[in-house]
Amino acid sequence: MMTQYVHQPDFMTGDEFSIPTFSLLSPEGELHSGATEPVLERDHARRIYQAMLATRILDERMMAAQRQGRLSFYMQCTGEEAAVVGATAALNDADMIMAQYREQGALMYRGFSIDEFMNQLFGNELDYGKGRQMPIHYGSRKLHYMTISSPLATQIPQATGYAYGQKLAGQGHCTLTFFGEGAASEGDFHAALNMASVHQVPVIFFCRNNGYAISTPSSEQFAADGIAPRAFGYHMHVIRVDGNDVLAVYEATRQARKIAVEQNQPVLIEAMSYRLAAHSSSDDPSGYRSKEEEEVWRAKDPLLRLQKWLLKKQWWSEEEETSQQETLRREVLETMKRAEKRSSPPLESLISDVYADITPALQRQFDQLKRHIRRYPEAYPRGAQSLDLGVGSETDTQGEA
Amino acid sequence: MATMNMLQAINNALDIAMAEDEKVICFGEDVGIFGGVFRATSHLQEKYGKARCFNTPLVEQGIIGFANGLAAQGSVPVAEIQFADYIFPAFDQIVNETAKFRYRSGDLFNVGGLTIRTPYGGGIAGGLYHSQSPEAYFTHTPGLKVVVPRNPYQAKGLLLAAIRDPDPVLFLEPKRLYRAAVGEVPEEDYQLPIGEAEITKEGTDITVVGWGAQMEVIGKAVELAEEQGIACEVIDLRSLLPWDADTVAESVLKTGRLVVSHEAPLTGGFAGEIAATIQERCFLYLESPIARVTGLDTPFPLVLEKEYLPDHLKIFEAIRESVNF
Repeated sequence: MMTQYVHQPDFMTGDEFSIPTFSLLSPEGELHSGATEPVLERDHARRIYQAMLATRILDERMMAAQRQGRLSFYMQCTGEEAAVVGATAALNDADMIMAQYREQGALMYRGFSIDEFMNQLFGNELDYGKGRQMPIHYGSRKLHYMTISSPLATQIPQATGYAYGQKLAGQGHCTLTFFGEGAASEGDFHAALNMASVHQVPVIFFCRNNGYAISTPSSEQFAADGIAPRAFGYHMHVIRVDGNDVLAVYEATRQARKIAVEQNQPVLIEAMSYRLAAHSSSDDPSGYRSKEEEEVWRAKDPLLRLQKWLLKKQWWSEEEETSQQETLRREVLETMKRAEKRSSPPLESLISDVYADITPALQRQFDQLKRHIRRYPEAYPRGAQSLDLGVGSETDTQGEA
Repeated sequence: MATMNMLQAINNALDIAMAEDEKVICFGEDVGIFGGVFRATSHLQEKYGKARCFNTPLVEQGIIGFANGLAAQGSVPVAEIQFADYIFPAFDQIVNETAKFRYRSGDLFNVGGLTIRTPYGGGIAGGLYHSQSPEAYFTHTPGLKVVVPRNPYQAKGLLLAAIRDPDPVLFLEPKRLYRAAVGEVPEEDYQLPIGEAEITKEGTDITVVGWGAQMEVIGKAVELAEEQGIACEVIDLRSLLPWDADTVAESVLKTGRLVVSHEAPLTGGFAGEIAATIQERCFLYLESPIARVTGLDTPFPLVLEKEYLPDHLKIFEAIRESVNF
């Protein structure tokens, strides 16, 4: 870039730029005047809505289950279903998603079954993660959804690296990474955006700006106009979108994907939304925000907005809504009952997958543990059950039981 | 065979790995056309192109975060952290991400292709921030492998093994030896085993254990001891995680005495782990307390580096005291 010299000091703050919010649907489900309806087939629109609805119902049921003490922990996507499902629907189903933790809608859209959700939530023997992570840390290799990791923002530079590999592989895939506006304060966010821009990586950085990082409002998270202006510092394409408007999210992400895959350029999307539920089952929002504020956002419910649009197009009906809700609630409850009865993962899963192969030192520790469990089986019911079932080889320790 | 210094041996290993597998990708600060500040990646960009050997922005957490994602995608990243002293911004990515990737996903995903290369250690007048030996921070992290070569031959064979290993490896390069250590190195492809120590000298009176640059220092100390008729058995651990306790224990069962030496500070250092394990395995065979000859519990000094370092005289004294206990 050519350097332009001036001869009087002139400080800038960024207020010179203002980033508008892209919006297509009004809260009443009407297309704004001047808005172009995105190209979206009937079945695709229904798939999006059904994923949003299923996510809402799963969240309601599982939070209730947590309150009943059946589940140790839970996190809801409530209020942000449009942002998460809309973005996912605009991708190729083989594109990688690296999420933060509140994006179960993406998995729902891609076809993760209620049974698969439940197995993870209850950490049973069918959980892909082998009961190692707290509830909601889902992952699916076949659905190209990277296993969730609790540390915030670590997934963002990983998405840059993953997408760099996709670019070299040359199959036209990209990676989309979700994160909150709070996580965007982490150093990993800045590292990721800068590297993606410098190395021309097909990655979409999708910020769910939901107003709160646990209790900290965005006004205490950053002084600037949200997350979007940060893209300028990295010379990156950016768009801000109404996160409760699924059509706008879909269209913005669809075009972002084109930029990413066809031009090998990263894109930042900031979706403006609101976390209608608590941060997690361990949180109580009444300590830091008002009911009135929540009501304002409840009126902007992304599900209702899409539902109104679908009803007007006669792509959805009140009858379908009622029957779908009933079916989903029943499926969630029945599946939950099955999942919570399944056995725990075997004792061997304590030491497998630390390395590709179990190291001799770890095997020694494990043999010692098994001897100890045999001595005090009632203190370690899961381990004892696993040993009594004859899982693995205990010949080395049989004599000491 | 060719005569190579350690940098040439490392460069040669990278060259072989990149020629063999187009998924091998080298990157880091100044790694591109410049070939790295120590020139370990010289000519790799010319040979394999900018997409496979490149400079990164100056952001260690980004380098390792990027490398984790790239490895998860199926590539084989070899990421360079310019000095081990600067690895700490990447600590979260290494400890919470690299090390736990396979375990936390139930083996759905892994970053086993990843190798992190980084120069470590003192003796180059580098002061606090160009001298540290941070191995113990990482040996406390299940899921990582930690490997340290002592000479050019070891460096090439262990680095090739690290790159092809199914688990992520932190490869600590003793930078004092980069140009100082010169030796015969086969030009062809070969690997040395990870997780296996090597007995570099047999002896019956005392076992002396170390790794990396400290092996040269131990060699000098052992020469002094041999002059006094003390037959030392010398073991290069080569891998610190996992480490070869069997070889060390077997040696100590024979000699009854053990000295362990590293440059890093004493408290919480890896010598403590070795001492604890060996006293468990060899308690009734020990003739004297296990001795640790290490750096002091201070930041790494500059002007008084010589006084700080566990040199051959300090190790020789420890050997003598152990034998005369």
